[in-house]
Amino acid sequence: MIHSLFLINSSGDIFLEKHWKSVVSRSVCDYFFEAQERATEAENVPPVIPTPHHYLLSVYRHKIFFVAVIQTEVPPLFVIEFLHRVVDTFQDYFGVCSEPVIKDNVVVVYEVLEEMLDNGFPLATESNILKELIKPPTILRTVVNRSTNVGDQLPTGQLSVVPWRRTGVKYTNNEAYFDVIEEIDAIIDKSGSTITAEIQGVIDACVKLTGMPDLTLSFMNPRLLDDVSFHPCVRFKRWESERILSFIPPDGNFRLLSYHVSAQNLVAIPVYVKHNISFRDSSSLGRFEITVGPKQTMGKTIEGVIVTSQMPKGVLNMSLTPSQGTHTFDPVTKMLSWDVGKINPQKLPSLKGTMSLQAGASKPDENPTINLHFKIQQLAISGLKVNRLDMYGEKYKPFKGIKYMTKAGKFQVRT
Amino acid sequence: MTDSKYFTTTKKGEIFELKAELNSDKKEKKKEAVKKVIASMTVGKDVSALFPDVVNCMQTDNLELKKLVYLYLMNYAKSQPDMAIMAVNTFVKDCEDPNPLIRALAVRTMGCIRVDKITEYLCEPLRKCLKDEDPYVRKTAAVCVAKLHDINAQLVEDQGFLDTLKDLISDSNPMVVANAVAALSEIAESHPSSNLLDLNPQSINKLLTALNECTEWGQIFILDCLANYTPKDDREAQSICERVTPRLSHANSAVVLSAVKVLMKFMEMLSKDLDYYGTLLKKLAPPLVTLLSAEPELQYVALRNINLIVQKRPEILKHEMKVFFVKYNDPIYVKLEKLDIMIRLASQANIAQVLAELKEYATEVDVDFVRKAVRAIGRCAIKVEQSAERCVSTLLDLIQTKVNYVVQEAIVVIKDIFRKYPNKYESVIATLCENLDSLDEPEARAAMIWIVGEYAERIDNADELLESFLEGFHDESTQVQLQLLTAIVKLFLKKPTETQELVQQVLSLATQDSDNPDLRDRGYIYWRLLSTDPVAAKEVVLAEKPLISEETDLIEPTLLDELICYIGTLASVYHKPPSAFVEGGRGVVHKSLPPRTASNESTESPETAPAGAPSGEQPDVIPTQGDLLGDLLNLDLGPPVSGPPLATSSVQMGAVDLLGGGLDSLIGGPNFVAPPAAAVPANLGATMGSGLSDLFDLTSGVGTLSGSYVAPKAVWLPAMKAKGLEISGTFTRQVGSISMDLQLTNKALQVMTDFAIQFNRNSFGLAPAAPLQVHAPLSPNQTVEISLPLNTVGSVMKMEPLNNLQVAVKNNIDVFYFSTLYPLHILFVEDGKMDRQMFLATWKDIPNENEAQFQIRDCPLNAEAVSSRLQSSNIFTVAKRNVEGQDMLYQSLKLTNGIWVLAELRIQPGNPSFTEYSVHD
Repeated sequence: MIHSLFLINSSGDIFLEKHWKSVVSRSVCDYFFEAQERATEAENVPPVIPTPHHYLLSVYRHKIFFVAVIQTEVPPLFVIEFLHRVVDTFQDYFGVCSEPVIKDNVVVVYEVLEEMLDNGFPLATESNILKELIKPPTILRTVVNRSTNVGDQLPTGQLSVVPWRRTGVKYTNNEAYFDVIEEIDAIIDKSGSTITAEIQGVIDACVKLTGMPDLTLSFMNPRLLDDVSFHPCVRFKRWESERILSFIPPDGNFRLLSYHVSAQNLVAIPVYVKHNISFRDSSSLGRFEITVGPKQTMGKTIEGVIVTSQMPKGVLNMSLTPSQGTHTFDPVTKMLSWDVGKINPQKLPSLKGTMSLQAGASKPDENPTINLHFKIQQLAISGLKVNRLDMYGEKYKPFKGIKYMTKAGKFQVRT
Repeated sequence: MTDSKYFTTTKKGEIFELKAELNSDKKEKKKEAVKKVIASMTVGKDVSALFPDVVNCMQTDNLELKKLVYLYLMNYAKSQPDMAIMAVNTFVKDCEDPNPLIRALAVRTMGCIRVDKITEYLCEPLRKCLKDEDPYVRKTAAVCVAKLHDINAQLVEDQGFLDTLKDLISDSNPMVVANAVAALSEIAESHPSSNLLDLNPQSINKLLTALNECTEWGQIFILDCLANYTPKDDREAQSICERVTPRLSHANSAVVLSAVKVLMKFMEMLSKDLDYYGTLLKKLAPPLVTLLSAEPELQYVALRNINLIVQKRPEILKHEMKVFFVKYNDPIYVKLEKLDIMIRLASQANIAQVLAELKEYATEVDVDFVRKAVRAIGRCAIKVEQSAERCVSTLLDLIQTKVNYVVQEAIVVIKDIFRKYPNKYESVIATLCENLDSLDEPEARAAMIWIVGEYAERIDNADELLESFLEGFHDESTQVQLQLLTAIVKLFLKKPTETQELVQQVLSLATQDSDNPDLRDRGYIYWRLLSTDPVAAKEVVLAEKPLISEETDLIEPTLLDELICYIGTLASVYHKPPSAFVEGGRGVVHKSLPPRTASNESTESPETAPAGAPSGEQPDVIPTQGDLLGDLLNLDLGPPVSGPPLATSSVQMGAVDLLGGGLDSLIGGPNFVAPPAAAVPANLGATMGSGLSDLFDLTSGVGTLSGSYVAPKAVWLPAMKAKGLEISGTFTRQVGSISMDLQLTNKALQVMTDFAIQFNRNSFGLAPAAPLQVHAPLSPNQTVEISLPLNTVGSVMKMEPLNNLQVAVKNNIDVFYFSTLYPLHILFVEDGKMDRQMFLATWKDIPNENEAQFQIRDCPLNAEAVSSRLQSSNIFTVAKRNVEGQDMLYQSLKLTNGIWVLAELRIQPGNPSFTEYSVHD
């Protein structure tokens, strides 16, 4: 199982180590540093690195490498999933997960890690339970610094039939909110046709209900959901037979469901990009023009539009004029970024101008790929719609709310 | 104020101050001090000097303080074993605490104290906790057993903790079950043969029930454990699959992949006709696709596994090509894996899309990725014949970009395309030649030189081109040198008049000025060939080359099957079986897929053949890697050492021991039949006994009445040990001649040729009477049956056991050794009937030490039948009489080396027969 954990910052310093079995010397990380050096960028460090006596499995998040050391055959996905869970937990505890924050809360971090694994076996990874065992730091506590952050309770939830929910929950305002969030991953080719497009959807919930409520959530069009991953609270049998989500929710925030609408279904693409980027062999000037417009938006407004593009090395500078929003070009990293804002269908935003190229150099052979970010409120682009939400098991009447949102995931336009 | 305050140091010396604070009367101050100690410990400062002071704080009701002290203890007990004993009492007391949280905490912590002296004291509390009424304590105690086992395995076994742990698999609480499974799995890994997780249908049922209710991590352990079970039939397999399938919808990717493993393995047992089989196939695709939208690290592991799954069952993901398209900001390790899978899924249906993508990738920034993309285009051309033309034109476009590494990579793959489709695309050679100067990588140079040499007659200035390479001959890498040598010889054979000088030059460079043995040897071979028999040289050097196959990088089917059993593990990431990388001494048990049950087996339906690999094409394809004999002379793009030594020379001069026999017999003459008489009979008895019972086993009607008994063929050399060659066989004797009936099966991906066989010296001088005749090359999945005639004029050496025969078989891949036991009756000669008088006289003279007795049970034959059956195996009845209702048979037989064996058989009617044996020479 998981032997040890090292936290390493991007400059290669080990700033925290935790061992669940015997102590493994930190020199084992030298193999990691070697790999880090070979990889040009931090993102490219391979997640599985063999060393003569151990295996190093790592994830890279928030500019920190979380490196787990294992000695025997352990499913690598198990380790990587766990590491991501550690990061999520830190984020949940401290709001952000960064080196200074971890250093500031080192005792809590250490205690949390101790509770999460026992001899390398996962012990308590549900944040509900962890927070009962070890209290997250609060402003009050850090100021007064008197009360303890170690809870004196048995994690009762761990033993009940619903380990994800603590008992004795009480609220004055009973409310249940569900956010249906869809991200479109797409690759659009030069001519504007879709090469591949898929939707990653999630339903995130914030449930603050008293007692042991039993909820059911039904959809207008459940057939869209043929590839789903559920929170453990969802009763799978009920879904198989009736296509209804039936569950006793955890307390607080959790991800009820994530789903995937595959590239084989026709995915609506809500925006288009018209582009005209040309380098000429003779001239040291290139032309650059892009226009963004709405496509299949079901009448909703596209907002939060940001266009970024990694320009070829040969581009020295760009002189551009946007019809709206602001733009920047970093001549060192060659990163062009244009914060467009809202798209007004009557007056399409555009960015026009010239690029100055390195004199004498041949024209760049790679054309820049355009990366698009956007948001559309009140719309689930797949067409998924919640039909109704019912509560059983408790007498009060909760306040219910459902929100929809569509975002760009990895949305790339080739030029 | 945050925890960072714990790191501020004062001038006076931190340890000193902390010590004072730890001994303070104020509770709060104490606790703060312990916190500071822990903080220092976490950042790697040595605070072990404070051990006694910290342990003093342990006796407290404050849970937080207790936890902190426990943390400290776990870290430093090892370095202060004597002091750690002080903590034992508190542990024992805490294990009896009314609060289960404290009990669990205590049992958890004490397992982490890796001090031998202490562990003994902890056995009693642990035993109690394993039976605790609170499941939370039981589940913690289960893990503690694994900890203790890691520290002192013997102790755990002696104390019977393993049995208690096994009992916990049937616990009522699913989490306890999951932890017990996890602990047992970990212990089992260090004891592969211990059979700790002995699964039966009942325990499987328990596990499946717990699977639905335990945590995600517990599910992983249970699924991995289930994967080791072999269901007794297809119905059980199906019912397990049905209960595992819901796990595919789990949010935790490790659960999903472990479930995929169970399903992939048990699917093997299901009949393809079953509706359920189809349903299951459909259910597997979506979760695999979903794994690709997770974090890049998870994607990477998923992709490595998908790579295996696609090879085993291409039908699962054949419509999902698009999800493997590369996004430009994917990490490089994800990009490369996706590319690999794209090629595996490429088929005529989607090739246009794939090519368009690959062309796009070839203009990206990352050099490694671009190279692989260019290579992928070549692989597509070879894999999907219909696309070859489009691929070639794409490659030509890329060559026009003049980007140095793209051009080089393109030339390397075009060479392969030439080999796959001869006489089709040679028109592009002119374009290739334009880029000769820009090639600076050995592989590309070698490829180009190969092209020039191979098509010398179409390239007007081939001699000039090759000459230009020759100038810097000594600075080239071996690969290029070898290729240049061959290319110039080819050129010479094609245009002898103009290139005599050139070939002289390269031969002398290779043979005189080089110290590379490969190069020198090849130079000499060419030289001799050219000088003695130019026609033969032409035949050898310009021989038609076997076509290359697309599936060169496929994993060997036997290895693939094993790896499928390891889905989701490190083995699946490395694509190597654990035995190849797990540290030695562990003794890894090989896993294999369960066999399909015979009950409703159907013939393999054609659509299950790997996409794009019609089996009809396979006989004439060989891998591209150039490590085959036929390739050695013509195409040496692989590393020079990759080929096996040349066939003829190694057979005569190689493996000394085995082939020494052949030499001996030459010296000793053909009549060398002089066994060391004293030694043989001593062991003969035992072997005879077993041989005889074989003969009697005929009852089941296996044998034919006309010939001697023939044992069914047994596997002598499994494919795993012989790079894909499987040999099974048996021995027969028919009308005076002995033969070895062999069945050779090629389970590798490449064609096998050049078979030869040799025996080691053996007790009876058995030797092949003729060479091993395998007329045609053995294609993948083909089987041939061969009868190899044997004689007994080989040289003799006493073997242990007596009838042991060591055999060496060679083919174009390697030499393999195996040994087998031959039944003695193949050595019984036809004139083995002794004269009655002679029998009587000899019988009396047999010394006691040469006598032996055996009993043969359960042989429902009468004397007549026995006699005639034995006679068919050359054991003759000399006389027969009836004594007290029992038939007595007097038998004789003679071995090939002249040893006589006399026997008396007493047959009790309706009951086991009794024999008495005597031996005489």
